[in-house]
Formats: sequence, C-alpha cells, structure tokens
Amino acid sequence: MSGEFEEFGGRHVPEALEEPLAQLAEAFDSVVPTEEFQEEFQYYLKHYGGRPTPVFYAETLSEIYGADIYFKHEDLLHGGAHKLNNALGQALLAKHAGKERLIAETGAGQHGTATAMVGALLDMPVTVYMGTKDIGRQEMNVFRMRLMGAEVEPVTRGNKGLAEAVDAALEDFAQNMEETHYLVGSAVGPDPFPRMVREFQSVIGKEAREQIQELHGELPDACVACVGGGSNAIGLFSAFLDDDVALYGAEPGGTDDSHHSAPLSKSKQEEPQIFQGMKTKVIDDDTENHSVSAGLDYPAVGPEHAALQSLGRAEYHAITDDEALDAFQELSQAEGIIPALEPSHAIALAKKLAQEDRHDTILVNLCGRGDKDMQTAAEHFDLS
Amino acid sequence: MAENEAIAAAFADGPAFIPYLAVGDPDYEASKAYVEALARGGADIIELGLPFSEPIAEGSTIQNAIVRALEGGMTPSRFFEFVTELDVDVPLVCMTYYNLIYQYGRSRGGAPGPDAFVERAAEVGISGLVVPDLPAEEADPLREACDDHGLDLVFIVAPTTEGERLERMMERVSGYVYVQARLGTTGAKTDVSDQTTRSLQRLSEWDVPKAVGFGISSGDQAARIVANGADGIIVGSALVDIVAEGASSERPVEETAAELEAKARELAEGTREGAARRSPDVDAI
Ligand SMILES: Cc1ncc(COP(=O)(O)O)c(C=O)c1O
Repeated sequence: MSGEFEEFGGRHVPEALEEPLAQLAEAFDSVVPTEEFQEEFQYYLKHYGGRPTPVFYAETLSEIYGADIYFKHEDLLHGGAHKLNNALGQALLAKHAGKERLIAETGAGQHGTATAMVGALLDMPVTVYMGTKDIGRQEMNVFRMRLMGAEVEPVTRGNKGLAEAVDAALEDFAQNMEETHYLVGSAVGPDPFPRMVREFQSVIGKEAREQIQELHGELPDACVACVGGGSNAIGLFSAFLDDDVALYGAEPGGTDDSHHSAPLSKSKQEEPQIFQGMKTKVIDDDTENHSVSAGLDYPAVGPEHAALQSLGRAEYHAITDDEALDAFQELSQAEGIIPALEPSHAIALAKKLAQEDRHDTILVNLCGRGDKDMQTAAEHFDLS
Repeated sequence: MAENEAIAAAFADGPAFIPYLAVGDPDYEASKAYVEALARGGADIIELGLPFSEPIAEGSTIQNAIVRALEGGMTPSRFFEFVTELDVDVPLVCMTYYNLIYQYGRSRGGAPGPDAFVERAAEVGISGLVVPDLPAEEADPLREACDDHGLDLVFIVAPTTEGERLERMMERVSGYVYVQARLGTTGAKTDVSDQTTRSLQRLSEWDVPKAVGFGISSGDQAARIVANGADGIIVGSALVDIVAEGASSERPVEETAAELEAKARELAEGTREGAARRSPDVDAI
C-alpha cells in the first residue's frame, strides 16, 4: 500500500476520500519534481519567506551546556516558524491542481498563520480550524490569521485541541473535496501527507547540512528537533539519514506519566494504532493528552518517526513542561533569542545530551520564535 | 467466501430497507427502544453503529450521535450486551472502525487482529460488518475472520471508486455492497443525485445486492432509488436526527420511538413501492 514507512503510515480513510487523496498523491509525484514548480517554489521561499535561514553558533549557551550548540534559525522564516515551507509548497501544488480554497488545522496557530499568509499571497480563501483551548492560549496568532483574511473556526469537541482541529478539517475536506485542498500542517495523516510535508520541509535539513559544515568544518555529531506531528524534525533529519549523525526527537513529556503527548517515548503499547488516517503510535488510553506547548499537544506522531524509532535510526525522549520552560528562559537570557515553547523542548533535550557528554556538537532546529508564547511566559515567570 | 444466510434471506423477497442508528445514543435503554422501533417500522436489516472515539470524516449528525453514545457510557462490551438483549428478529450488521476491531482482542489480553472481535460478534448474533476506514487491500485478515465465523463483510463504494479499488472490493465483498449515493460525509440531504444510477450501472456485474445510502430521508426518495434498480435503501442521518431531537428536547423516549417507527414505516413503504414501480428492463442493470 502506498505511503508506508515500515509497518506505519498508509491511507486508512473512508472510500470517498481515497480518490481525492490518490489524485493529490499523483499531482505531488508529477508536479513537484518539475523545474517549473521548483522555480516557483524556490522563488517564494527566497523572496517572500526570506530563505535561506542562517545557522547560528550559540557561544554562551555552548559554554553553559558544555557542548557546541548550533541553531538552525527557522524562527527567522517569514511568519516566525518553519510552517511556511510546507504551506507554500502545498498551496502552490493546490493551485496547480485547480483547487480554489484552502483549509487547515492549527494548534499553536503557526501553521494556521502560514496558511493564512499563503492564502492572502495566492488569493485563495482560507478556513482554519483551531481548538478553543488553543484559541485561548495562542490569541495573537488568531488575530494575525483574521487580519490576513482567514476565517478561524473554533473547535469545541473533545479535548478542544490540535487533534480535534484535524478531525474538523477532515470533515470539511470530505464535504468539499472537489474545490478544497486540506493543507495539513504536519507530517501526519493519510498518504500522501506525511511524505509531502517531509518533501516541503526538507529544505531545512538541506540548508543546515551545508551551513554547519561551512561554519563548523564538519557535520554535527547529533541533530535535535521537537516532535509534535514531526514536520520540523523530519525536515531536518531527512538530510542526515545517511550520515553518521545521531538523530533525536524531543517529545512533549507534559507534567507526568499520565499527562503528556509523547507516544514514542512514553506509550506502553507495542502495537501501532490507526489514527486520523494513518497507522502510527498513539498515547495510551489512560493518558491525558497534555503539553504546555500548543504545537506539540497531539496524541499521535507522524508515521515516519515511528518507523525511524523502530529501525533504531532515531531516538525520542520526553521533555517535561518545566524543562522546556527552563530552556525557554535560558536561551532568552544567554543569547537574546526568545524561542517558541515547541523548540524549547529540543533545546532542553540538547542540554541533557550535552551534560551527559553524549555529543560534542549538536545542531538544534530552532523551528519557531516565542512571541506567540509571551502570555504563557509572563504568567509563568511573573513578568508583569 | 461464506455468505450469511440471514442477510441473504433479507434480500430474497424484494428490496431491503436498512436503517442505521448509533448504539447507546443517547443512552443504553432509550437506544434499545429506538432500535426495536425500527424493527417494528419494517426494517429488513438494521445497521448498528458501535461508537468509536475517533471516527474519521463522519458528518456532524453521526459524529454528535457517537459523542452522545460515548458520553452515555457505550463501550464494545456494552455493545455486545446490548445486541444480546435486543428483541428484534431481523439480521444485524455492525458498523464500526477498524482500529476498534483490531485492538479488541489485545485489550482483552489476547493477540492483536480481528478474530476476537468477529468471534464475539458472531456469538451475540451479528450477521455482518461494515468498516468504513478499512481499505480493501488490507481487508484479508478481517475477511478471513468473517469467513471463519459466518459473517458478511460489506464494503462502501463511493461515486469515485474505480479500477483496482473497485475490483479489490468486488473480490472481498459479501452480503451486500453499500453504494454511496453522493460525495461528502453522511448527513440527510433532500436531493438524491443521479450519480446513483451511474454507480448502480458500474456495479451491474457484482453478484451481491446493491444497497444505496447517504442522504436519503424520505419514502419518496427511497421509492425513486429502488425504482432505478437499487436492491436496498440505507438510511442513517435522517433517523439519527430524530434521536438528536429527542435527546435535546427531553421528550419521553416513547414519543421519539413512535416517531422513529413512523419514519421507518414511511421509508420501508417507499422501498416496497419503488419495487412495484420498477419497469422490467430496470432489473437488467
Ligand atoms: C514553532 C513550532 N514548532 C513545532 C511545531 C510542531 O509541529 P511539527 O512537529 O510538525 O514540527 C509547531 C506546531 O504548531 C510550531 O508552531
């Protein structure tokens, strides 16, 4: 079956969604490799998005942590997170395929914002589904989306978070698939989404691999990225899969063993589940889905990460809310860079790896900036 | 491939009326009264939805029914108990999602895979399964379990299903095929697309009855679709709407049950009427 990563992935959807997804897969396979598409995509990534984003050597933090820490500065991409890479790629593809409308789910609001941006840019109407829990904690992004003309549809069912927003978007897609493209925000869902999102995010790894060799003289010993659905992580990892470079995903460990969103590092079951159209790892039934970071607050994970773990090619570790918040403050004070709460998990994991002396040079994907999290930070660190 | 006799019998003397309800919506006892009302109203087969927390791409009508049922405490074990206690004498088909079927055995300490679920379903008297998110190419383990326990496995054919996917389903289907009348998620609509006729034509070679569903809400529509060659009519959302109304208005269960029975009767009569109206050459498709 198409879109499999070892025993994970696939396309587990009602029959009515099979054909539109098969058509999307076909468009992806035939259009994306063409010179014409690539030229257009690269043009917008450069002149609209501001690519390439730099790699930065964090000198002070390296001293504190005891290993050389490099950051891939995806927080400097237009919009403030890596999400634009994928949104641009999919929106351009959707235009090619004759779609007129974009819908998206969002957790932190970064993917919704990126979709609103490309919708405005390419003149396509946008509807973004967002759980009311996340609307509350990522309000600035709700304002940004609305300002750019997107409709933000509050989702009130279940846990009122990212997973429910995906459900609502899938439902819209099933109703309106003829004219609508569902612009999935992470490397999750039925085929072709996981491999398509990886392709559009792979620019992160390709650039970083060159840049770090220029700056540091050789490849890093390890790459670290946070994993919600896993798009920024797979974008970085994909360039290093054949290298002798260790790969680490930082999962949201939440507050304790029964409140987290870390299926790869904390789930007790061996068997994959079928979830939102893919076969993958999901948190246990008795676990409450929770993360301080809205973008990581997702009970499952992209199938390719489940495969990389089962192959032993990548390791996944849980980082608690508190560890992430500490890293958030540490980077802000050491380097004058305020990271988003999502990559704060990756920074915290890099700190552990450094302090355990496991690696000398660590490349961290700084996949988003923290402006959207200032409300949470102000409360946590008593900044007002 | 095993054929379930009860389902074959339901189609033997003319087109079948097949209503759907989510079991446990809004609670166990009311739901039992509702399903029994459908049988009294003339159902030939009843599709029982087994609520699953992650139904993919369901319309809001059925999605909300599933939420109400889960909030009412419905679980797979309660579902099987429900079926045992049910006082109806028409074949029952269970509609649920593959993850639930696949995990059922493991959650009881057994091996993963569909056998434990199908075995238990057969034990309580279920005659067939519909699993919307199961691709035909992954259906072999479930098909095998169904054969072992004498259940039919029904597939859903969408207006866009063609080529290899259509063939894989044809090779694995038994009981009847669920012909999705139009695109979109489930939900009652007043128009019945002429896509139906085309779909029926595409399936003319299949040797199982063709039951049409999605968006049917009146006896007139049922009659027209059957007159056009359908062997059965599946109605879900229009009935779930009645349950939803009952749940939100808090009227007595008997009143809602009576309304369901009346709606079922209208649809069952429409189904028979359509059969009577059918011109001899329609049978050819
Ligand atoms: C800044 C940032 N990083 C990471 C994520 C998590 O997504 P993924 O795991 O797909 O990279 C999000 C999602 O909203 C985000 O906004």
